[in-house]
Amino acid sequence: MSSSLVPQLPIAGAEPAGRTPTDWTTPASAKRIARRYAAERRFRLLGLGAVVLSVGFLLFLLATMLGQGLQGFTETRVALPIDLRGRLAITPAQLEGRRGDLALAAAGLEGAVDAAANRAFAGQGGAAVLSEGAWLRVRDAVKADPSLLARPFMLAVPVGSDIDVAHKGAGTAEAEAAAARLPLSRGLNRTFLSAADATDPTRVGVWGALKGSLLTMAVTLALAFPIGVLAALYLEEYAPRNRWTDLIEVSINNLAAVPSIIFGLLGLALFLGTLGLPRSAPLVGGLTLALMTMPVIVIAGRNAIKGVPPSIRDAALGVGASRVQVVFHHVLPLALPGILTGTIIGMARALGETAPLLMIGMRAFIAAPPGGLASPATALPVQIFLWSDEVNRGFVEKTSAAIVVLLVLLLAMNGVAIWLRNKFETRW
Amino acid sequence: MSNHPPKMTAEHVNVFYGDKQAIRDVSIAIDQDNVTAFIGPSGCGKSTFLRTLNRMNDTVPNARVEGDIRLDGQNIYAPEMDVVQLRARVGMVFQKPNPFPKSIYENVAYGARIHGLAQGRAQLDAIVEQSLQRAGLWNEVKDRLGDSGTALSGGQQQRLCIARAIAVDPEVILMDEPASALDPIATARIEELIHELKGRYAIAIVTHNMQQAARVSQRTAFFHLGELVEYGETSEIFTNPREQRTRDYITGRYG
Repeated sequence: MSSSLVPQLPIAGAEPAGRTPTDWTTPASAKRIARRYAAERRFRLLGLGAVVLSVGFLLFLLATMLGQGLQGFTETRVALPIDLRGRLAITPAQLEGRRGDLALAAAGLEGAVDAAANRAFAGQGGAAVLSEGAWLRVRDAVKADPSLLARPFMLAVPVGSDIDVAHKGAGTAEAEAAAARLPLSRGLNRTFLSAADATDPTRVGVWGALKGSLLTMAVTLALAFPIGVLAALYLEEYAPRNRWTDLIEVSINNLAAVPSIIFGLLGLALFLGTLGLPRSAPLVGGLTLALMTMPVIVIAGRNAIKGVPPSIRDAALGVGASRVQVVFHHVLPLALPGILTGTIIGMARALGETAPLLMIGMRAFIAAPPGGLASPATALPVQIFLWSDEVNRGFVEKTSAAIVVLLVLLLAMNGVAIWLRNKFETRW
Repeated sequence: MSNHPPKMTAEHVNVFYGDKQAIRDVSIAIDQDNVTAFIGPSGCGKSTFLRTLNRMNDTVPNARVEGDIRLDGQNIYAPEMDVVQLRARVGMVFQKPNPFPKSIYENVAYGARIHGLAQGRAQLDAIVEQSLQRAGLWNEVKDRLGDSGTALSGGQQQRLCIARAIAVDPEVILMDEPASALDPIATARIEELIHELKGRYAIAIVTHNMQQAARVSQRTAFFHLGELVEYGETSEIFTNPREQRTRDYITGRYG
């Protein structure tokens, strides 16, 4: 019986007869070597070319977005001489707090500012030079310093969109001519980072859309992360391998590949139609994007859990850890970097997603930042889409500026992903 | 030989992986005071059999165990046997050193902590120190208990794994080729350690190194193709085996 266990080695030494020793110095051999070197060089150049091309596209994108977008963070102001003496029936005592805004509006401040502009810029278009929101700056200045009611003063107020665009070098000929004769200056546009959508490009802000996006992402993360991680843990650590789990696995993989607009339709039918949740709300947007993000987290989570060496599970079981203890003391902490990276990639995709949000009504014109999860809101990518559709030239730079905000947010999320991965990474 | 009743007994054990039978009708008794070695060629089922003794095969899908395995007379496959407690009583050291990617202290303290063996930090410290001392590692690591267990050398890692098993205060320690991934010096340390642990714990060790079996064990079981061919005193097995297959194996005819 032991004979079968003795390896039957082939007999060595029976070389084919007549074989001459190989000559490595023939011209044919030298040519082969030259061809091999050429192939290596070609491959290196092609690879380098591919890298240069993709980096070039990225730089082009960044340069155009920053070139146009950074202008969107600035506004053009005109120095307006104002004299409110005798024009407003109001006393300094009435300016306190929120009622002060109403008192100044009721006293006709907007008309007074327009009148001042008509006097100062009679030849250049009068009050039409100013932004629709210019009088609000005057209001804030008066509230901050009530003594302005009693003396003439100069104030730099934002100009209208035509002049603004002309001053930034992209306007019509007449607007540029008018801009040349006005005392213009440039300053940081605080409105852009604090306001919401508006019809006048000098008054729009990105904060409404940004807050809508952040609320939506919060709902998405709060739902997709725990459910996705628990599903991944269950499928990897507990579920038996059979036809049903195979079916679930295929379904999850397919779900991750479903076009996002389909998820929008699902959200429309389920959350708005059947459940009657409010439309345009970050809550519904978050629910819809969670449906889309969950499969990504499940897949990333399962891969990360598979990557935990079985020897660690054996070690824990071997000292008498229960399966839940194995999962939560060892597997989950070791898989966490991978799970977090996958989650953030999924979240970044959700943050940039427009189509499903269109379906559930987050493309409405919303002029105030959302107050909560159920109040109407829009999201950054949708806002970009809406602004890019506007006729007014002033929206071009606002669109780019909003893209810059979105890109900064995405870069920050990717940075967090890398940081988390390095922080929790364990080597064994 | 001692007169104690055997610590663990196995009667007519069969193990299947799906349709494939890995262990055929194995009956064996493991003494309290002796080291029992399981030897045999690769794939003979010795590791599989070892893993039935603390039900580690439960985690393998499609694995099925038949027969009667008892620890102190208690059937370990009975429904009322708690598998977590069983694995605390029957500890295991694996072929490849597998410390947790945590500190040395945490590695040793983990088992004691999850079983609630220590009341308070001082007691846990004592368990960690005693376990590391018994595993012969204390003097090498006492100044760096906070370092990662994975930063130790291979031999130190394996002794850390032994300390981790000891910390739970098991009655039996199963060792699955504990020195096969180690160099000769580290191997010698592990063998010394097995000598020192003998008597305090019932030890069963799987090895494919026959010299090692001869050095560390008092009883040897020879497995071949899933069967227990011969089981007896180590000196008998190596000098005067009864079976032809055993004789062929220990004289190097195959393996």
